[in-house]
Amino acid sequence: MNRITTLFQQNAIENGPGLLNVYFTAGFPDKNDTLRVLTALQNSGADLVEIGMPYSDPVADGETIQMSNDRALSNGMTIKLLFDQLQDMRKGITVPVLLMGYINPVLQYGVEAFCQKCAEIGIDGLILPDMPMDVYEEEYKPIFDRYGVLNIFLVTPQTSEQRIRQIDAVSEGFIYTVSSASVTGSQSGVSENMEAYFERLQSMNLKNPRLIGFGIKDHATYSKASQYSAGAIIGSAFIRVLAEATDLEADIASYIQSVKNPKVEAAIN
Amino acid sequence: METSIENKSYHVSDRGYYGNFGGAFIPEMLYPNVEELRDNYLKIIQEPSFQQEFEHLLRDYVGRPTPLYRANRLSEKYQTNIFLKREDLCHTGAHKVNNTIGQILLAQRLGKKRIVAETGAGQHGVATATVCALMNLECIVYMGSLDIERQAPNVARMRMLGAEVRPATSGSKTLKDATNEAMRHWINNPTDTHYIIGSVVGPHPYPDMVARFQSIISEEIKWQLKEKTGSENPDYVLACVGGGSNAAGAFYHYLDQESVKLVAIEAAGQGISSGHSAATTALGKPGVLHGSRTILMQTEDGQVVEPFSISAGLDYPGIGPQHAYLFDSGRGIFMSATDQEAVEAAFELTKLEGIIPALESAHALAVLGRLGAGSSETVVLNLSGRGDKDLSTYMKYLD
Ligand SMILES: Cc1ncc(COP(=O)(O)O)c(C=O)c1O
Repeated sequence: MNRITTLFQQNAIENGPGLLNVYFTAGFPDKNDTLRVLTALQNSGADLVEIGMPYSDPVADGETIQMSNDRALSNGMTIKLLFDQLQDMRKGITVPVLLMGYINPVLQYGVEAFCQKCAEIGIDGLILPDMPMDVYEEEYKPIFDRYGVLNIFLVTPQTSEQRIRQIDAVSEGFIYTVSSASVTGSQSGVSENMEAYFERLQSMNLKNPRLIGFGIKDHATYSKASQYSAGAIIGSAFIRVLAEATDLEADIASYIQSVKNPKVEAAIN
Repeated sequence: METSIENKSYHVSDRGYYGNFGGAFIPEMLYPNVEELRDNYLKIIQEPSFQQEFEHLLRDYVGRPTPLYRANRLSEKYQTNIFLKREDLCHTGAHKVNNTIGQILLAQRLGKKRIVAETGAGQHGVATATVCALMNLECIVYMGSLDIERQAPNVARMRMLGAEVRPATSGSKTLKDATNEAMRHWINNPTDTHYIIGSVVGPHPYPDMVARFQSIISEEIKWQLKEKTGSENPDYVLACVGGGSNAAGAFYHYLDQESVKLVAIEAAGQGISSGHSAATTALGKPGVLHGSRTILMQTEDGQVVEPFSISAGLDYPGIGPQHAYLFDSGRGIFMSATDQEAVEAAFELTKLEGIIPALESAHALAVLGRLGAGSSETVVLNLSGRGDKDLSTYMKYLD
């Protein structure tokens, strides 16, 4: 079974704490940091990791992730290089790994070749926000299925109930619940409006578990999100940690600790 | 805007495609906005009250119909019969206003309170700021910071018209980046804002909607040419292509008239293989840009290439999906002109006809000598805009 599916099932059975999915951009801060950041995230307690494939025109992203994309591209990152960096990752990495990015580079690589490579390396899922659902169903789903790669769809506060049900029907793994109408990196936190929306989703009894992302940055927002879903996704806030890190491993560990388990961290200090 | 045209081959399909190009490749955050437009645009623009107001504004405010002028000295020089469609005489100085009038009327009917737009040369920004002033709507225009420098007069006009001009400082700091910023703004303000795209680009229904608003150009050409020559069909229709809206409007009523050659002229910048070019079909490959499957300039890795052209309005790495289809199917003839050729053509038109064209339109003029049009043939060239905004560039070439 796919690692994502297994993780969510086990966590549900054990009634575990909220799952923490952390996003970072491949090739950031330095070109060869990809595997290093991935490993540090796993060692620090991230439950899933989402690796961003840098893109020149990331329309759904705010300033922070635009910056990490630009930096990674000027560091010389490419999709081919990313696959090289991750070629042997499953020697040490056991957490589910997803790739997130925009559809154009995937189209240029070739959807079939891309999925094949993912299967070979042990990538469990893809998040391509600008891939339309109907195109996925008609053109790409058979390919994704053949290689056992899950495609993760997004829902937003503006997504209609009917469309949420359609998305739930074609989704596997989890549904990426965007907390607010915004690009990534908004500072809004979790407002009352959002809580009403999360409750609405909760009461829909969807077949897929949900993770909540956008605006998650600390223990409070992570806990809030976990109250309404299977867990939370952190992106921009973690990119800021990487941008300012002086000791990558230590800074990643203390940040992830502060989000998941601040009391333990306080005790260690 | 006749419904009879809807099902013909080079027009958009029910699902928003032109052959394999088009569609709506957008993040979920944009889906409700785009869906609202998709479900309503045809209904609204076919309402008699919409049509009346649109036609009234095009006539009394924009100054339509724009003349179709037989350029005698230019015709003599190229030994053919050249007619200029004078979009440069539109209010605000370019064809862009045909689209912004249509979209602002649509935005009003959708109950939107605020308008966001992107602009390259500033012509679309000015045309948007103008209709926002007219209709008393808030207006935010994103413009690449490089373009803000090279199109200063248009920036001043937008400000005087009450628009807020926001610099796009990411990427190449030109049109594609301004488009990214406008899309982000729309994502962040999904309910009260309408995004007025300035060309036949973007997710469905934009390419079709903008083409319909611009189709007035070829609608007029048909009867005007008939009056002047006895035939409504020329042998050639020429138009420059940035995103492709003036070309889409000039081609619209000729798309299925295969005897009319449709010639699209792209900006070659310093030369197609110079590394500083915006000739999309010569240099690009199929992919996804700004919400549609089209042809775009990109690296082997699928990163969008930063284009180059002396003309800010043509400095765009893609073309609209309908043009991608015209190129792919062979229905369209795609040519290009370099910066130098465009500037020379602009001076030539000025000298022979007393008309200073926009740098964008000058690219279309620049291919007249290579077109191969015969002395009994008729060429209609869409003169998309006037050159006032480009004077500082032209001054550099004076003497
Ligand atoms: C005068 C003029 N012509 C042409 C263009 C290019 O746009 P399009 O290809 O959409 O007609 C512009 C864009 O700013 C323009 O100002």
